[in-house]
Amino acid sequence: MSRGGPFQGRAVLTGAGKSQVGRRLGRTGLELTIEASLRAIADAGLTPDDIDGVASYPGPGVPDRGFSGASVHELRGALGLRSRWYLSSMETAGQIGPAIEACMAVALGLADHVLVFRSVWESTAQATGGRASVLFGDGELPPHLEWTGPFGAVSAANWLAMPAQRYMHDHGLTREQLGWIALNARRNAALNPDAVYRTPLTMDEYLAARMISEPLCLYDCDVPCDGATAVIVSRREAATGLPRDPLTVESVGTGMFERATWDQRTDLTTMAAHDAAATLWERTTLRPADVDVAQLYDGMSFLTVMWLEALGFCDHGKVGPFVEGGERIALDGSLPLNTSGGQLSGGRLHGMGFLHEACVQLWQEGGDRQAGRPRVAAVAAGGGPVAGAMLLSRY
Amino acid sequence: MLPYARPEQRLLPAPTAESRAFWTGGEQGDLLIHRCRSCGHWFHPPAPVCFRCRSLDVGPEPASGRGRIAAFTVNRQPWIPAFPPPYLVAMVEIAEEPDVRLVSNVVDLPLEEAAVGLEVAVFFEQWDDIWIPLFRPVASGSAGSGR
Repeated sequence: MSRGGPFQGRAVLTGAGKSQVGRRLGRTGLELTIEASLRAIADAGLTPDDIDGVASYPGPGVPDRGFSGASVHELRGALGLRSRWYLSSMETAGQIGPAIEACMAVALGLADHVLVFRSVWESTAQATGGRASVLFGDGELPPHLEWTGPFGAVSAANWLAMPAQRYMHDHGLTREQLGWIALNARRNAALNPDAVYRTPLTMDEYLAARMISEPLCLYDCDVPCDGATAVIVSRREAATGLPRDPLTVESVGTGMFERATWDQRTDLTTMAAHDAAATLWERTTLRPADVDVAQLYDGMSFLTVMWLEALGFCDHGKVGPFVEGGERIALDGSLPLNTSGGQLSGGRLHGMGFLHEACVQLWQEGGDRQAGRPRVAAVAAGGGPVAGAMLLSRY
Repeated sequence: MLPYARPEQRLLPAPTAESRAFWTGGEQGDLLIHRCRSCGHWFHPPAPVCFRCRSLDVGPEPASGRGRIAAFTVNRQPWIPAFPPPYLVAMVEIAEEPDVRLVSNVVDLPLEEAAVGLEVAVFFEQWDDIWIPLFRPVASGSAGSGR
């Protein structure tokens, strides 16, 4: 049961669902969202009429095609949901921020069962017009690219390659060490039937891969996909009698101590992840050593490096030796990492895939990729000025 | 190393009230960075208030145009057809305030000679009514820099 924490044990996870995941599925974002949502609701032993809250990232109005598969109101409308509380947000604690807000809602009694979803169709969007041509087709630079676009730095790969380079310079991280994030993801993806890339990846292949933005190569970048994930966040008292052991949300990391930029942070070798992680640990008596399995955002491999040290699994600057050889982070290691293949090999479900996989692992339904019998899972989403974290337990 | 040649295209900003000075100061040869007249610190991107001391007495001032590479990447991926890779993208920390970093291109530098701490100096590339600040190595520190 509860060890205290911000929600005093009142916020629990009771179900999780994932849609079909793949490349160029040609299905709409709303279809995928509905599929994941209905699966999550059924997984929790509920019906749509039990769902009285809905939350999602990022919500409507995002210009990038494929980035937002459905808004909260689109899903509410499609399923005819009667909502006592709802929210979508992008300026929040990463892509899992709305899941954290759902915990607040149920802990305060504003809702009993909140459906939290994230859906993307970036693969189909790119295949049917291309993200780049949408962004730059009219030559107009969107405001968020004002300070980088004129210099050809239009991708997060560019923005993250620079701190990665500086981290390598300051702390001696090598490409081989960084490569273990990608290799670990691929070997786990091989055991996940839903993963996009499942063929084995060797260190030689990683090191020989073409560079995207040095020092980041192709395999340091996640793979755009189509797919949706959903979880059910419930008020503990409302979860009585449901089929699954409820997973307690022990703590959440929501902090951001500096300006939300990719390049002005005081220490270039830390990110907002460090602030989010600091607030996660200040709200719980659990410690990093209590964590049995970690699902840490890997939109770029280097972001997993950031989260590993931010969350205190190793000291600042020491991630290289921590991941080297890949044994510690393997399914049978001391800290199984990104057990579904992450976004690097599993597909870019954009943050919520990590929360989904943490639930799967705690419920011990990982199949071939099950990492023992974990009791505590750490989940983190986001990179650069985007960061949120959650700590879940099953007791 | 070939001397720098301007690309066929740069994606150009649409300057705002806050950012106009930064993007047009090059017409007079000035790198205009926002500075707080209360605490004296520089900051970027420009804003109508100092994020450190919250003074509203802020505005663009000419900086020396000198700085150092704080971090860099060689972009290898073609993102913009008329701006082909490879090219060097760097965070340049300005000499006046190391916390202030400008993302820019460092040119006239062999890609393999990019390094954290390398001293660079600004120059401007005009695109209609926009003057893009770019950087090149300070000549003494870079053999074959072409300038």
